[in-house]
Amino acid sequence: MIAPPKPDLIPVNIDGREIAVPKGTNMIEAARLAGVDVPHYCYHSKLTVVGNCRMCLVEMGLPAVDPATKAPIMDVVSGKQKINWMPKPTIACATNAVPGLHIRTTTPQVKDCREGVMEFLLINHPLDCPICDQAGECKLQEQATGYGRGYSRFIEDKNVKPKRTQLGPRVTLDDERCILCSRCIRFCKEVAKDDVLGFTDRGSYSTLTCYPGRKLENNYSLNTVDICPVGALTSTDFRFKMRVWFLKQTPSIDTESSVGANTTVWSREGVIYRITPRQNDAVNDTWMADSGRLLYRAVRADNRLTAVRAAGTDGTLEPAVAAAAALLRLGSAAVVGSGRSTVEEQYLARRLAAAVGAGAHLVARVGAGDKLLISADRNPNVRGALLTGLIAALPEPQLTGLAAEIDAGKVKTVVSLGEDLVAAGITAAQLAKVKVIYLGTHANATSAAAEIVVPTLTVFEKQGTFVNQQFRIQKFAAAVPGPAGAADDLSVLAKLIAAVDGPAVQGEIHGVWTALAAAIPQLGPIAYRNLPSGGLLLDGAAWAHLAFPEGETLHHQPAARPA
Amino acid sequence: MPEQRRIIFQHIDEPGYAPDLDCYRRHGGYATLAQAVRRKPEELIDEVKKSGLRGRGGAGFPCGVKFGLVDRKSGKPIYLVVNADESEPGTFKDRYIIHQDPHQLLEGIMITCFANNVKAAYIYIRGEFPLGAKILERAIAEARAANLAGPNVLGTGYSCEIYVHRGAGAYICGEETGLIESMEGKRPYPRIKPPYFPAVLGLYQCPTIVNNVETLCHVKHIAAIGGEAYSKIGTPNNTGTRIFCVSGHVRRPGYYEFEVGKITLGQLLNEVCGGPRPGRKFKAVIPGGSSAKVLRVGERYKGKRKVGTEMVDYDWGIEDIPMDFDSLAMIGSMGGSGGVIVMDDSVSMVEALGNINAFYAHESCGQCTPCREGSLWMKKITARMVHGAARAEDGALLKSVADQIAGRTICAFGEACAWPTQSFVLKFGDEFKAYAEDRKASPPDAPALV
Amino acid sequence: MNLKPATLQQIEEVIPHYPVKRSAALPLLHLVQEDQGFISPEAIEWIAAKLELAPVNIYELVTFYPMFRQKPIGRRHIKVCRTLSCALMGSYQTCAQFEKQFNTYRGEVSPDGEVTIEFVECLASCGTAPVVMIDDELHEKVDSAKALELAVKIKAQAQGK
Repeated sequence: MIAPPKPDLIPVNIDGREIAVPKGTNMIEAARLAGVDVPHYCYHSKLTVVGNCRMCLVEMGLPAVDPATKAPIMDVVSGKQKINWMPKPTIACATNAVPGLHIRTTTPQVKDCREGVMEFLLINHPLDCPICDQAGECKLQEQATGYGRGYSRFIEDKNVKPKRTQLGPRVTLDDERCILCSRCIRFCKEVAKDDVLGFTDRGSYSTLTCYPGRKLENNYSLNTVDICPVGALTSTDFRFKMRVWFLKQTPSIDTESSVGANTTVWSREGVIYRITPRQNDAVNDTWMADSGRLLYRAVRADNRLTAVRAAGTDGTLEPAVAAAAALLRLGSAAVVGSGRSTVEEQYLARRLAAAVGAGAHLVARVGAGDKLLISADRNPNVRGALLTGLIAALPEPQLTGLAAEIDAGKVKTVVSLGEDLVAAGITAAQLAKVKVIYLGTHANATSAAAEIVVPTLTVFEKQGTFVNQQFRIQKFAAAVPGPAGAADDLSVLAKLIAAVDGPAVQGEIHGVWTALAAAIPQLGPIAYRNLPSGGLLLDGAAWAHLAFPEGETLHHQPAARPA
Repeated sequence: MPEQRRIIFQHIDEPGYAPDLDCYRRHGGYATLAQAVRRKPEELIDEVKKSGLRGRGGAGFPCGVKFGLVDRKSGKPIYLVVNADESEPGTFKDRYIIHQDPHQLLEGIMITCFANNVKAAYIYIRGEFPLGAKILERAIAEARAANLAGPNVLGTGYSCEIYVHRGAGAYICGEETGLIESMEGKRPYPRIKPPYFPAVLGLYQCPTIVNNVETLCHVKHIAAIGGEAYSKIGTPNNTGTRIFCVSGHVRRPGYYEFEVGKITLGQLLNEVCGGPRPGRKFKAVIPGGSSAKVLRVGERYKGKRKVGTEMVDYDWGIEDIPMDFDSLAMIGSMGGSGGVIVMDDSVSMVEALGNINAFYAHESCGQCTPCREGSLWMKKITARMVHGAARAEDGALLKSVADQIAGRTICAFGEACAWPTQSFVLKFGDEFKAYAEDRKASPPDAPALV
Repeated sequence: MNLKPATLQQIEEVIPHYPVKRSAALPLLHLVQEDQGFISPEAIEWIAAKLELAPVNIYELVTFYPMFRQKPIGRRHIKVCRTLSCALMGSYQTCAQFEKQFNTYRGEVSPDGEVTIEFVECLASCGTAPVVMIDDELHEKVDSAKALELAVKIKAQAQGK
């Protein structure tokens, strides 16, 4: 028994197929829901509709009614209501669902419209494919192949425009390739709120320009490169580095702040080439900040830790773990977890702390939120630490509590999971009083002074989950393998727990989740592999009384502060 | 010879007639406004509906219907924008109203504003009429001083300011939504319709009426004599008078006001305008501004048309076509702006098309793909042909490019730039072919048009 | 910006004509160009700031509309209509005559700095073709011979200065 459509859904007909869509759905989206591709350039689901590329022209019809009585006029042959087809085609992006709207996308007229628009777009377009970064992900290439005529009749001279303009520090512009869709202008004005791009001159000589003397340098400038359908706007960092069809795409999360913008990491043979946003309409739409895209440079930074270090051992993992366990069994230990660790790591950190009777600390990172996709909390996963019980209150930027305990002689061993204690306020003198076990990715003052150093993996080299400011748990996967000397964080923590005679726990993700699910009721019914790609919203009510630092960003309104 | 009926142009070129308020009043000016503001606004709209007045800017849209479409429920202010951008090649009538009889326009504006409860009126005057802008500003100042415009018009409590707003040299500002974008201080990119119909979402997203200068003058006369009486002037569905602007290769080019449909093209060109230049024969006529499809002398137009209640056969040569909107549309062209451009046998039609294509390529705003790329492509093809590198297939290519533009664009500029090419190639295909075979296809003393 | 007091006053008067400040962009550009002779980068930024817009919003307009120029021109501005009706009556020869008389090419400032000649599109006076605008004045039926007369007159007026 097919359930009747919900009352707020509107029936439309795409190429003979009936579907019901929410009010306000345009015909490109409706067609997508019906499995029909309507090619387009200027339309973008997160920007205002301008209807200037004309590629999405389709035939439209409405049910025929008697003008006087409003009674439906029936077609005697088919027995169905007659459809009045408009003689002129209409743009699908600007046509919103009304009951009974019919769309045809496979007629000769629509085919001719598409071939015409494709031909027009290509007549002044330079033959740059062999040297253009966009090749392989270029809408012009895709739609020319899918909907173009396949040959050009243009024998005149093409327009010449500026070809290699540095629009700003991260974006390069080639005006000859630009098809004047205006997506970049609309993005800068409507989303980034930095009205710096515009069209100069007119007609076919119209040229995308940044105001002379100004630059496209806002922290969202690279989104224009993502949404540019052609190779006009390209990333200067990525220029000429790699053909996109060689790259593997891995879903990841931007760790720049608690927004948890969804990303895609593009890599080949263990090397990361670029990061782009991944669509999540509940978190970051189709955007991310430029600063988050640069984080992959840390993978091959000069100060990357690559060797296990423990006095009196041969530099392999097992002896180092044994040495660490020996230190911890002496008691008087503290665990400094991280807001940048995954939920799974924080859970194991809590288990480790419990096993050795250690207190747990976290380091806060607070900055100014930009009201868009960088929140005031520059840790991506403080809420994971709350969820797993590693901490019960919001962390402070400085480890004053731990410093006091060290001075009082109550703490003699500190396990730091990637946090630089010196930067968090532990003085050199205090550092000298304790023995540090450092699990982390990059060298710093703490790792230099540590007794035992175990290199671990960056977010790009492991898998796990973070809980963002919305209390949404989102998972990410490993894009590239870690360096030879690094160990997986979960594996090391599990080994440590075993070595201090703690209750056995699996050192890999699925096993950890079994334990997590048992410990945290909210995660009860879910297996790691079943976490949806768009994340899962958890209930943050238990922590509603805490004064989270985040203000408003895209898709996040901070809850009213408790009285 | 048919007689002109100069209703709008009654005082144009009249010796001693000045553009100031005193002169206008001495000739009975503003008496109609004084009466109109004592009537109910809906009555005035009704008169315009009854009159059958169709827009004189080019589209020929029924003015009463336009008033009826205005959204009066939204609570937003209603604006009137006067389209004084007169830029359609071949058209030169609004110029004379503005420069010589501005108060006629102002009176038509005020009556229209009162009838539609308009909050403010803007006269968008093309930048190339700098003196006209000054004349209008002086006239507005005079009118305001006499309480004929501005606050509390004639003591009625109704207020409406009129402002002059100068354009800066863009034909696309004559398109109503391009005009509105230009008025808002943006690049004049026409808006997509739906949803941006000016009557609902116009200037500042408020309900807006956009009317041509001549049309608003007709509104004044409709208010004076009544819609019913006006509807008896001209011909059914093509009522009133209109000003025909004849230019090009006739002996007496100029402006002539006739009842719509009561003069044929032949009478206009041969009797009124004195026929072709000495030693020449007519070759082609564009009857409604350069966007209109060209007519070839010697063509025949046959079919059936409705006269009264009956369907009647017609079999016309170019000279028999009645100059009204419906007849010109019926035979495959349009009445448009009333600009009649005449070409004689000295003209190369390929060069003429080259000139027209260069105009549209230059004026295309560039917003949407088919017009932006297609108009320049067509210009490049005709330019190449004129400069000696024509190919046999160029005529067909031109038509194919034009076919890919018309009907696929945001605004009517698509049709405007496509129709000339389509019609020139269709009707003068022999000349296009000849250019490929022999470069010297143009007549020996042909004017350089490209 | 070194605008004359009269210009500044007109600017202040025109802005309130519109409920949205941005609409005053075109009027301000006309006023500034009349005052300065052309639109400089400084003028673009001044107008943008005055209307609370981004400079690119004004820059877009200056480059779209042919009547706005970003460089000074000759003392006299000769605009010859090139559209169909005027071309049919010989406007291309008219333009060539002006170019010859002033030894200059369209779009440039003549060597003596006196004129800039341009082709413009239809000036809406097709019945008296060919038409030419010199500064703000319309001249009708300007064939090659009349163009010569007008050029002579312009030169005479230049001498008289």
